[in-house]
Amino acid sequence: MPFKDIIGLSWGALMAYRMRSFLTALGISVGIAAVVLLTSIGEGVHRFVLAEFTQFGTNLLAVVPGKTATFGVSGAIVSTVRPLSLADGEALARIDGVVAVVPVVQGNALVEAQSKSRRAFVFGVGSAVPTVWRIKVTTGKFLPAEERGTARAFAVLGSKLTDELFGGTNPLGQRIRVGQERYRVIGVMERKGQFMGFDLDDAVYLPAERALELFNRESLMEIDLLYEPGASVDRLVTDIKRALVSRHGHEDFTIITQKQMLDVLGSILDVLTFAVAALGSISLLVGGVGVLTIMTIAVTERTSEIGLLRALGAERDQISKLFLTEAVVLAGAGGLGGLAAGVALGQILHALIPGLPVQMSWGYALAGEVLAIAVGLAAGVVPARRAAKLDPLEALRNE
Amino acid sequence: MIRLQAIERRFAVGDEAVYALNGVSLNVEKGEYLSIMGPSGSGKSTLLHIIGLLDRPTAGQYWLAGKDVTGLADEERAQIRREKIGFVFQLFHLVPRLTAAGNVELPLTLAGLPREEREERVREILAAYGLSARARHVPSQLSGGERQRVAIARATVTRPEILLADEPTGNLDRGSGREVTGIDRVFGHP
Ligand SMILES: Nc1ncnc2c1ncn2[C@@H]1O[C@H](COP(=O)(O)OP(=O)(O)OP(=O)(O)O)[C@@H](O)[C@H]1O
Ligand SMILES: [Mg+2]
Repeated sequence: MPFKDIIGLSWGALMAYRMRSFLTALGISVGIAAVVLLTSIGEGVHRFVLAEFTQFGTNLLAVVPGKTATFGVSGAIVSTVRPLSLADGEALARIDGVVAVVPVVQGNALVEAQSKSRRAFVFGVGSAVPTVWRIKVTTGKFLPAEERGTARAFAVLGSKLTDELFGGTNPLGQRIRVGQERYRVIGVMERKGQFMGFDLDDAVYLPAERALELFNRESLMEIDLLYEPGASVDRLVTDIKRALVSRHGHEDFTIITQKQMLDVLGSILDVLTFAVAALGSISLLVGGVGVLTIMTIAVTERTSEIGLLRALGAERDQISKLFLTEAVVLAGAGGLGGLAAGVALGQILHALIPGLPVQMSWGYALAGEVLAIAVGLAAGVVPARRAAKLDPLEALRNE
Repeated sequence: MIRLQAIERRFAVGDEAVYALNGVSLNVEKGEYLSIMGPSGSGKSTLLHIIGLLDRPTAGQYWLAGKDVTGLADEERAQIRREKIGFVFQLFHLVPRLTAAGNVELPLTLAGLPREEREERVREILAAYGLSARARHVPSQLSGGERQRVAIARATVTRPEILLADEPTGNLDRGSGREVTGIDRVFGHP
């Protein structure tokens, strides 16, 4: 019996109990929709986070004080080690293949203008920020490169802070006060948006040297390095290690490459996506139990039909295939419905909550459909075997 | 064609043994028409089930077309049923959710015939039995006689070498039994 005839017979049987088949398939649909929706959100978050981290470029490398195995975004490492200094940064800038270096100190401070004041992020940085962090200055210019110990009291404002402090008026040349010091505004940065919850536009950029004083710190929190696109990261890491070890006496710092960070992030996010997929699979399992239930009932109900088919010469194998196909068609159709529903729900969710990143992944969708079919197969095996085992005559008597 | 030798069919009902058939031997040649008559419960259906390879004798031997089929494996028996035998069941056993046409088509589907041919043959045979107008009806919408004709059509649509018809004549007298009979028409008997 050709496969399309088996499908035809199975389909006919399913259509004879339309409502019941629909509801059973619906159980699978819910499971698949959950898998698709949850993985779409997981994948969306994944891409969102990676995009956040690569918006500053990919040829980046950071050095943070302290020997740690993980990467510290906050830089809040207890400083029992030698401070990471501006001089260290200058030394690193001289390494072959390094394009630019940004020393970083960050914190919070009250920023006061003539009439208004506001708490904002303070980035103590070097002149290379526009190059290394890929942020442009819209008006004025960025902090100039200056000799260590001579940094003038210049400040560059983020766009939001500018609006808050100066409204529509031109901030260039205006004086602001950060902590005890007065600064002259020499530039305004372009709008950059949020980064992992930090509003980069609600920030002020000061020379690192002055920020160290402001926060009363000895050590930089981080030194960011931009390297040439073709440069060998391994070689750079070796060179940086050698340079800093010779300055500090031992390895009391950690080098974080962008690749490392993205790898770690990527694998964490993969686990996350996988976990939500597994969560969705639980409802798929419940749908599978539904298919098993209905197929078990179907075999009992249609015992005499099975007997008749056997009497007409159907082999056990064919009976088994018929019921297995029914289960798979149920689950497969349910799966397709679930895919459509999952995608639609994702779109609706995205429309309702624009901030929620939703990224439908075809890989997971395909895996979801394969899973649905596998669930159908698994749920169909036992009823199908039971049907195939029936003795034709006894089954026929069952009327 | 059909040769039975000392066929016995014993059923175990509790501790008791019920003999539906005991020492039945018979010979049916190709082209022969044979009626088996007997009172209700005398074993007619049981005998037909054994000849139709739906049941196995508890003793004796059975040759079909010169071949000993007594101990044949399940799948081989299914193949013979499919290819050589048409069976009209005493209770018809039509599939309730399938139309008359759908019921008649079943054995052709199991035989693996292409769809166009199946439909063609179903149309022909339904017309031959005067069921064309009932093709789209399900069994519950058919009269008893119509159901029987559908059952006969289903048994003959594959043009089997052997046609076995189990008719419910046990509780009818000979005259009225004739009236519900459809098989005679197939064989052209009065
Ligand atoms: N599966 C079974 N278990 C026990 N006894 C059975 C079984 N099948 C048939 N019998 C018995 O075997 C005997 C013959 O039954 P069978 O159905 O062959 O009779 P029949 O001649 O076809 O009768 P009718 O004309 O009423 O259809 C009966 O006494 C019946 O009770
Ligand atoms: Mg009988």
